[in-house]
Amino acid sequence: MDWLFLTEVILSGLMTGVMYSLVALGFVLIFKASGVFNFAQGVMALFAALALYDFLAPEGWFNQLFGFTLPVPVAIVATVGVMIIVAWLIERLVLRHLVNQEGIILFMATIGLAYVLEGTGDILFGSDVKPLDIGLPRGAHDYLLDGYGIYIEKLEIIAAATAAVLVTVLAIFFQKTRIGRALRAVADDHQAALSVGISLRTIWVIVWAVAGIVALVAGIMWGSKSGVQFSLSLIALKALPVLILGGFTSVPGAIVGGLIIGVGEKLAEIYVGPMVGGAIENWFAYMLALAFLLVRPQGLFGEKIIERV
Amino acid sequence: MTTRKQIGDVVLAVDNISLTFGGVRALTDISFEVRAHQVLSIIGPNGAGKSSMLNVINGFYHPQKGLITYRGVTRKQMRPHEAARQGIARTFQNIALFKGMSTLDNIMTGRNTLMKRNLLWQALRRGPAEREELAHRERVEQIIDFLEIEHIRKTPVGKLPYGLQKRVELGRALAAEPTLLLLDEPMAGMNIEEKQDMSRFVLDVNSEFGTTIVLIEHDMGVVMDISDHVVVLDYGRKIGDGPPDEVRNNQTVIDAYLGVSHD
Repeated sequence: MDWLFLTEVILSGLMTGVMYSLVALGFVLIFKASGVFNFAQGVMALFAALALYDFLAPEGWFNQLFGFTLPVPVAIVATVGVMIIVAWLIERLVLRHLVNQEGIILFMATIGLAYVLEGTGDILFGSDVKPLDIGLPRGAHDYLLDGYGIYIEKLEIIAAATAAVLVTVLAIFFQKTRIGRALRAVADDHQAALSVGISLRTIWVIVWAVAGIVALVAGIMWGSKSGVQFSLSLIALKALPVLILGGFTSVPGAIVGGLIIGVGEKLAEIYVGPMVGGAIENWFAYMLALAFLLVRPQGLFGEKIIERV
Repeated sequence: MTTRKQIGDVVLAVDNISLTFGGVRALTDISFEVRAHQVLSIIGPNGAGKSSMLNVINGFYHPQKGLITYRGVTRKQMRPHEAARQGIARTFQNIALFKGMSTLDNIMTGRNTLMKRNLLWQALRRGPAEREELAHRERVEQIIDFLEIEHIRKTPVGKLPYGLQKRVELGRALAAEPTLLLLDEPMAGMNIEEKQDMSRFVLDVNSEFGTTIVLIEHDMGVVMDISDHVVVLDYGRKIGDGPPDEVRNNQTVIDAYLGVSHD
């Protein structure tokens, strides 16, 4: 066996996994806070990337309206602003009217939301593939390539580092702060949360805004890697098996799940693929998730579902 | 038993409250007053509108007609999280706890309205936020002692038996240090021993903290024992309002309970 090749496959799988994790993180946030699987998470990542691109590009709306484009850091801050406004609108127009409804109804609402956001993005920014360049380094990491002969993209290393920072910050936010406790409370029981003085509206705006910011990070990474394109919203589907593996309620679970899927599908593609004619990468994650559901339905790190009967 | 506190001024007054759901009249022209340090029971047959009344008081339901005066401020309706911030805490008929969280965390959420320090400090667990968290923890531990639930501090409440869940829910409400405590059937589904425990807690809360309590209860023995005042509802109308002895001998009330035909 070629160990160097194996290492490269595993590392590259880990890096892809990080990208999955970034998308999955957004899902976990909203699931923790409202017990809802947010179908629109992928589209939010797309929308954030589109907005960011618009602030930067000469042909963007922003340039046409104001006659100049924004420098990268300002554009990122502006996009964060856009995502906060989007979160506020979602609460105002959708969630506020669905307090105390069944999870399935909220889920349907997020499907609607996904289409609205996707359509809005298409109308505003057009559906062509846009190269997003915010100055992140590209190409192979020289030291690894020259020293060890391992090919790893610099961009992927940055994505991994960003994910690590994000997870740390979010974990602290959820476990140590009053808002974190309030978020978990809202996820558990709307009425009870209200009765202890938690404002659902505030919590929802906060959590959707945070999910929007996570979506922006995911959008930047994916956009830098393969351009901002509408297929980005489909990556959201890959987040599903990641969540089933990691557990819907666990921030670290999203990361570990993403890594397992990333590595697993690369390994499967290379070592099992040739036996069955390839293209394993497309379905491996779903099969793994299915197998996992049979053994451990709450995921690796998820809270065990307790129901008294 | 310790001596009862002196009954004080009116804390809460509901005035001509009417509530309908579509064509169904849940409450019709209900008025009554709750005085400081009182234990007031709302009784009545199933479907009389008792829970609806509590939901109006803490803002889950918005009445079509009528006014609510709480601590001198008159409103057409309350909003739940604002009611909580102004000192109205409650428990639910079908327990509404945060099932995935431990007893301790559940009761900590009750302190939500009392926590002030900003996020950054909390995240860092330093300085004022650390002291604040510790102070809140101490209060919560006192409540846990008071309700005799030390042994289940770390247990996820979803795993607890019904009677204990009811107790944790009371603990969460108490953690907010409420002025007005609303208890929706705190003793439903309990055996005699558990009922006695719960009655004792309710009376202790009332006498030790001076908390004003409005409760819904079906067990007449309990109601007559612990209440200072009783309001009787039937088909969404008020048919009795007075001290327990008076209500017990009220013919309309007796008819409602014994099922005299309404004609």
